[in-house]
Amino acid sequence: MTIRARIAPVADTVLPGFAFVAMLAALACVFLYVPNERMQGAVQRIFYFHVNAAWSAFFGFGLAALASALFLWRTDATYDRLARAAVEVGMLFCTMVLCTGPIWARPIWGTWWTWDPRLTMTVILWTIYAVYLVLRAMGEDDPQIARYAAVLAIVGVLDVPLIMVSVRLWRGIHPSVISAPAGQGGIQDARMIVALVVTLVAFTSLFLWLVWRRFEALRLEDELRALEDDVDALGGRAAVGGATP
Amino acid sequence: MWSILRKDLLLELRTREAIAALIVLVVLILLTFTFALDPEGARAAAPAVLWVTLIFAGLLAVQRTFLVERESGAWYGLLLGPVDRGAIFVAKLVANLVVLAIADVVLTSLLVLVLGTGMPTAPLELAFVNALGLIGFSALATLFAAISVRLRARELLLPLLVLPLLVPVVICAVEASRIVLAGGGASAAAAWLRVLATFDVIVTVAGWMLFEQLVLE
Amino acid sequence: MTVVDADTIAKSFGRVRVLRDLTLRVDGGDTVALFGPNGAGKSTLLRICATLYAPTAGTLALFGSRQPSAETRRRIGLLGHQSFLYPDLSARENLVFYGRLYGLPRPEHAADTWLERVGLAANATRSVRVFSRGMEQRLALARTLLHDPELLLLDEPWSALDAAGADLLSEILAGLRADGRTIVVATHDFERGRAVAERAVILHRGRVVWEASPSDATASVEAAYRQVTGAVAA
Repeated sequence: MTIRARIAPVADTVLPGFAFVAMLAALACVFLYVPNERMQGAVQRIFYFHVNAAWSAFFGFGLAALASALFLWRTDATYDRLARAAVEVGMLFCTMVLCTGPIWARPIWGTWWTWDPRLTMTVILWTIYAVYLVLRAMGEDDPQIARYAAVLAIVGVLDVPLIMVSVRLWRGIHPSVISAPAGQGGIQDARMIVALVVTLVAFTSLFLWLVWRRFEALRLEDELRALEDDVDALGGRAAVGGATP
Repeated sequence: MWSILRKDLLLELRTREAIAALIVLVVLILLTFTFALDPEGARAAAPAVLWVTLIFAGLLAVQRTFLVERESGAWYGLLLGPVDRGAIFVAKLVANLVVLAIADVVLTSLLVLVLGTGMPTAPLELAFVNALGLIGFSALATLFAAISVRLRARELLLPLLVLPLLVPVVICAVEASRIVLAGGGASAAAAWLRVLATFDVIVTVAGWMLFEQLVLE
Repeated sequence: MTVVDADTIAKSFGRVRVLRDLTLRVDGGDTVALFGPNGAGKSTLLRICATLYAPTAGTLALFGSRQPSAETRRRIGLLGHQSFLYPDLSARENLVFYGRLYGLPRPEHAADTWLERVGLAANATRSVRVFSRGMEQRLALARTLLHDPELLLLDEPWSALDAAGADLLSEILAGLRADGRTIVVATHDFERGRAVAERAVILHRGRVVWEASPSDATASVEAAYRQVTGAVAA
C-alpha cells in the first residue's frame, strides 16, 4: 500500500504526460520520419505498432502471473487487482496484435492468416486471457474466484514456453504457406531503429499508464463496496441519515 | 493418500455407472467421426480422432470424480483429514488416470477394428505415448475440475479452462502417435515425447503446490 | 492451553457478510454452547475453526498455531449439517476409510467398535444411501469421533436424531467432557446445550452479543436470547 502511495503522484501526473508526448513522437516517427520500406511499401509501418503491441501483451501476461503468485502467497488484494488490470490491458494489446497482423499480411502475403508459430502462439495466448476474464466476470465479488483466476494465470505462464516449443515443432513438419515474414531481421536503415525505440518507449509508457488507471479503478470499486457494507452493517442508509443515491 | 485413491477406485468400480457412461460416450463420439470422415481420411486421422474423443469425453468424466464427493459433503470430510492437500490432488489425478486409461484401451481397440488401421505395429511404444499424454491431460483436467465443479456453468467452463493450455499435449501426443504407428519407434518421436514429459512434470508439480489454494473457501 | 483463539474474525461470501468482528476464546477442556438465530453465523464459525473456510479478516489460532497444518486437523472433529459420508459405500466401509485417512492403527476394529457404540452394528454392511436421516446422523457422529479428536465441533447435532439417539449423543458428550475434551456445540436446544456445556454464548448477526456465566440457569439463557434477538429485528 505504501508502495502505491509513493508511486501515485508520479503515476497520476508525470506518466500520462510522458506517454502522451512519447506517443506523439512515435506517430511522428512512424509517419513522417521513417522512410518507406523498400519491398513492402507503406504498409510496413504497421510493424511498429504490431511488434510493440505484442511486447506489451507479453509483458502484461508476465506481470499478471507474477502478481497472481504474490497474491496467492501474501493474500493481499492489491496484487489481485494488479493481476487483473494487467490481464485486461494485456488483452487489449493482444487484440491489437491480432488485428494489425492480418492487415499487414493481406497485401504482403496475400492471405489474412497462416499458422505461423508466432501467430498461433498469439491466438492461444489470447484465448487464455479471454478465459481468465470470463472467470473474473463470473465472480464479481467472490474472493475464491480471484484465487482460481490466479491459479489460471500461473499455470498459463508456465505452459506458454511449452506451447511455443510444441507449435514450433509442429510447424516444422507442415509446409509453410509463406516464408518467414520479414521482421526485425535486416533492418538496414538507422532511422527505423530509432523509430522502433521511440515507439517502444511510447507503448510501454502507455501500457503502464493504462494498467495504473485500471488498477486505481479497481481499488476504488473495492473501497466503495467496503464502505457500502459498513453502512449496511450500521443498520441501513436510513439509520446513517444519508440520502439514497 | 493411498487410502483416498483406494476409496475412489472402489467407488468407481462399485457404481460402474461412470465408467459405463464414459465408454458409451466414447463409442458414440467415435461413431460420429466415422460418419463424418471418409474411410481413407479416417485412417490417416486415427491418432487425432483418438485424442479429440478422449479429451472431450474425459473432461466430463474428470468432473464427475469431484461432483460425486460434493453430494453429501464428503469432500469436506476429505479436507478435514490430516492429509496434505497436495496429496489429495495426486490421488485424484491417479484415480482419473485409471478411468481415462480404461477408456483409452477401449477406444484404441475400437479404432483398430472400426477404422481398420491394422494392428498397431508398435503397441508398446503407442502405449507409452498414450500414457505420457494421459498423465498430462489428467493432471491439467483434475486441477481445473476442482475449480469448475464449484461454479455455475461448469460443463462449459472446464473445456474453456483446459483446452488452450492442453495444446502441447494435443500436438505432441498426436504427432508422436503418428510416428510410432508408421513404425518410427520411440526414439524418432523423442522431441515430441520430451515436450510431453516436461509438460507432465510441470503441471503435476504446479497442481500439487497450488491445490491448497483452490480448496480454501 | 488455548485451543481456539478467534480474534476479530470476519467472513464474507461475496457481498454477504456472515461474520463480523467475532472474538472468541476457548481453552482446553472448555465446553461451549453456541446459540443464535438462523443466519447468525454459527455454522460458518464452526467451519472456520475446522479449517474448512479461511476468514476474510482477523486471525484464528488453533492449538496455538496460526497456520493449521495436517497435524492440527488430526486433533479436530467436525459434525456438520452434511454427513460427509459416501452414499455408495456401506457404513462400515465409510468408517474404515476415515479410519485409514486418519492413520488409525486398526481401522476395521475402530469402525466396528463405533458402529456398536452408535447402535448401527446391524446395518454395518448396508449402503448409506438407504439410511434414514437419523441413522445417517449416528454414523456421522461415529465418523467425527473415530479418531478421538481433542477439539469437537458440532453443528446442531441433535436436530436429526430421535429421542434415543439424542440421549445417546448427550451421554457420549458428557463422557467426553469428563475426559477433558474441548467441545463447541451450536444448537437451538437450550436444555441439551446447557446440560453439555459450561459456557453459553449467543451469536447474532455475526457477532458475539452475550455470554453466560456458569452459574446462569438455562432459563436465563433463553430469556437473554429472546431479549437479544427480539430487540434487534432482522
